[in-house]
Amino acid sequence: MTDMLVPFDDVVASYDPALGLEIHVELNTNTKMFCGCPASFGGEPNTQVCPTCLGLPGAMPVVNGKAVESAIRIGLALNCDIAEWCRFARKNYFYPDMPKNFQTSQYDEPIAFEGYLDVEVEGETFRIEIERAHMEEDTGKSSHVGGTDGRIHGADYSLVDYNRAGIPLIEIVTKPILGTGEKAPLVAKAYVSAIRDLIVALGVSDARMDQGSIRADVNLSLAPKGSGVLGTRSETKNVNSLRSVERAVRFEMSRHAGILDAGGSVLQETRHFHENDGTTSSGREKSDAEDYRYFPEPDLVPVAPSREWVEELRATLPENPAAKRARLQEEWGFTDLDMRDTIGAGALALVEETVAAGAAPQAARKWWLTELTRRANDAGVELAELAVIPAQVAAVQALVDAKTINDKLARQVFDGLLAGEGTPEEIIAARGLAVVSDEGALSAAVDKAIAENPDIADKIRDGKVAAAGALIGAVMKEMRGQADAGRVRELVLEKLA
Amino acid sequence: MSDELIKKTAAELADALAAGETTSVEVTRAHLDRILEVDGTAESGVHAFLHVDAEGALTQAAESDARRTAGRARHLLDGVPIAVKDVLATQGLPTTCGSKILEGWVPPYDATVVRRIKDAGLPILGKTNMDEFAMGSSTEHSAYGPTRNPWDQTRIPGGSGGGSAAAVAAFEAPLALGTDTGGSIRQPGAVTGTVGVKPTYGGVSRYGLVALANSLDQVGPVTRTVLDSALLHELIGGHDPLDSTSVDAPVDGFVAAARQGATGDLKGLKVGVIKELAGEGWQPGVMQRFAETVDLLTELGAEVTEVSCPTFVHAMATYYLILPAECSSNLAKFDAMRYGLRVVPDGDPSAEAVMKATRDAGFGDEVKRRIMIGTYALSSGYYDAYYGQAQKVRTLISRDFAAAFEGVDVLVSPTSPTTAFPLGEKLDDPLAMYLQDLATIPANLAGVPGISVPAGLADEDGLPVGFQVLAPALADDRLYRVGAAVEAALTDRWGGPILAKAPTLEGPR
Repeated sequence: MTDMLVPFDDVVASYDPALGLEIHVELNTNTKMFCGCPASFGGEPNTQVCPTCLGLPGAMPVVNGKAVESAIRIGLALNCDIAEWCRFARKNYFYPDMPKNFQTSQYDEPIAFEGYLDVEVEGETFRIEIERAHMEEDTGKSSHVGGTDGRIHGADYSLVDYNRAGIPLIEIVTKPILGTGEKAPLVAKAYVSAIRDLIVALGVSDARMDQGSIRADVNLSLAPKGSGVLGTRSETKNVNSLRSVERAVRFEMSRHAGILDAGGSVLQETRHFHENDGTTSSGREKSDAEDYRYFPEPDLVPVAPSREWVEELRATLPENPAAKRARLQEEWGFTDLDMRDTIGAGALALVEETVAAGAAPQAARKWWLTELTRRANDAGVELAELAVIPAQVAAVQALVDAKTINDKLARQVFDGLLAGEGTPEEIIAARGLAVVSDEGALSAAVDKAIAENPDIADKIRDGKVAAAGALIGAVMKEMRGQADAGRVRELVLEKLA
Repeated sequence: MSDELIKKTAAELADALAAGETTSVEVTRAHLDRILEVDGTAESGVHAFLHVDAEGALTQAAESDARRTAGRARHLLDGVPIAVKDVLATQGLPTTCGSKILEGWVPPYDATVVRRIKDAGLPILGKTNMDEFAMGSSTEHSAYGPTRNPWDQTRIPGGSGGGSAAAVAAFEAPLALGTDTGGSIRQPGAVTGTVGVKPTYGGVSRYGLVALANSLDQVGPVTRTVLDSALLHELIGGHDPLDSTSVDAPVDGFVAAARQGATGDLKGLKVGVIKELAGEGWQPGVMQRFAETVDLLTELGAEVTEVSCPTFVHAMATYYLILPAECSSNLAKFDAMRYGLRVVPDGDPSAEAVMKATRDAGFGDEVKRRIMIGTYALSSGYYDAYYGQAQKVRTLISRDFAAAFEGVDVLVSPTSPTTAFPLGEKLDDPLAMYLQDLATIPANLAGVPGISVPAGLADEDGLPVGFQVLAPALADDRLYRVGAAVEAALTDRWGGPILAKAPTLEGPR
């Protein structure tokens, strides 16, 4: 069954959207939530496991103190209250990727609650109310073998990797976000982006949406414009890029409106988002009858962070985003326009990290806002989701500064980085990209260019230095770009002095 | 010689080993021989063991002897063999919990208590029988056949830890580990004429104990004497970083308390007789031995008063909500996906179908009954009325204990309302079975420690009666002081240990 889709402008003319976002953040603690296994990404399947995270009979959990610390810092950064006393609870349901067939989570006693985060969209500030941030463990990862599209239906068999089981997660849940109107898709995206920036600033997660270390569930409902009620919501699971968050909201708004316009009712269900065409499809029906039979985890003692500790952690929080922007603009010497473009491109944190890794601010900005933005657009992903990280950008710029490569060759280095060909140095070596520093070869090429362009050479001899560009171009062509243009210019002028 | 060895207590064996009068290999072999002689099979004999590890035990015994010869014994009990209830994970040894669903499972790790007895050098004789997942009071719910009471092999040995108690009572092991969720150490102790201790909740690590009900379970000693229990308790007790509910409290005063108690002086000790744990429906012979033991305490200098704990009458109902709730969740992990039994139904190999078929085939009726009750009690809409309400009553029971302990040092009651009943008698009547734990359950709900010591034989059937002593949390030493005093005085009165009155066991041949 295909739903009727209503054009977006028509949706917002007739309906008020209500958003709700649940974001799972995978913490970057050394060990898992309840055992001593490494919490790192990757690893051969089922090698980062122990009796506890495999749920073997008799094994018991012990809370990871570092994860509690990260949870509190996230809660504080979201302006939440921190519980003086809270417990873990068991969320009971059967699924093969859950070793115990219950997830150890928090239910009615979250570690952090009642906070907010302000996000800005096109000059308008929206205050997103945070209901709670709670701690839980990740599940294992199923893969379905055989069948057509990697889904469980039609698969011959399934495999489960429990390396991920027990990795600490923080789930951040908003209250219903109302009053966003036609900006709903952008607000959703801006919120997820702001959460990601905050997580990066806190240093509590790798914050890679492409690797699933930040995952968003997007809840959406529509209500007749001005009615002030909340409609039935759909829950689109695991939307894994900022662009997808925006698209998922947009699509669900059109889909819901189509159902409501036709006099139907929206089914309360989970939905899957499809990156390829920006649509969602029905997952499983989620009715109120679904019963997780939560109860307090009897194998764990309550978590009771002392107020002194909470205040100590508050003192470790990064500065608030607005103050930080002003400071960075000052430090970097950016104009207002530079700054706005950088933020608009979602590159602020990236530029900051690139500068921290040693690049000059304008150089860092140049790469992220031109070359890399273009590539992100081509790939249909956000800048931060590109397979190039700030440290690599800084490394490339350092090579440019050292005149090992020039800007043009740097672009090819980025090609190599995106293709996963190794470090910048390895790519330069493998692709033979280094600027030729062999003065003999360079000198010969200059001589050749002078000989082939006697008219231009004469002009330069006559003092028309501006004409040098044509000769430099010829030399660069001869050298296939692998020459330092500055040095070529020096040589041309020397020889024709 | 071998008969002499198996009749010795663990403390006596420790002395004999230290004096070089015997070796661990001799002692271990004597017990293995005894197991061969009397343990039999599911069909006949005591059937205390589900798995005997003769080779492993003898290897450990030889290693112990080598250490002792080199002057490097690790512990007083180094070389004294022990039996382990099959609910505790033992690396390299099968651990079935008395269930078909875990048939063939060999844990890749040791429970903390198992690690501690191994580190101390105690050879592990094998794994003892139990009601499936510790659900029962008779060991008849074992999927591998019942254990029989050494006093009368037509009768139950108590449960769930009937295997550990019977092994000790039948001289198949000098020591055993049990677990007690609602009386599974103390009630088998009572009906087999042995000593069983449920430590303070958190006093002994639960890591590696396959949970029945996490908030109630506790590992403890099963022995023939109070001193032996104290020795074993000090060995297994103490904080464990792998169990965050384990408490960091000293565990070194138990042996001293047992030795002090054995001198027979209880002057100044205030004893409360729990009014609610006696009366109508309790076997007269049990009540008679109990009353005599209370009189004995007075003779030893204690001040005895009657104490009322009115909420205890609700303990059974509370327990049978909290326990099934926790166990319904604990047992969810047995789904054929990672270990244990795996049943694949014809025509449908999907995970859901395999889970259903496996759980249907692998769990016994009592386990299914409790999973269903627990699932119901935790369900949305019923949670507050059942699980939530039970937790409130649990708090009231704890308050009754706290109030009682303001006036007295220890509380006493019969351990169990009856002596050992015939096999099969209560199998079709779960409620009658549950009543066996009437007197033991309150301690688990409140987390306080308890001991059962033999109080003699009931007149009507000549079977053992247990005397229960309860103390405030972390005051386990009082159990040993009072238990040892009762034991010393009664042993004197009887002219020897109670088990000397047990019939001579014959092999099942």
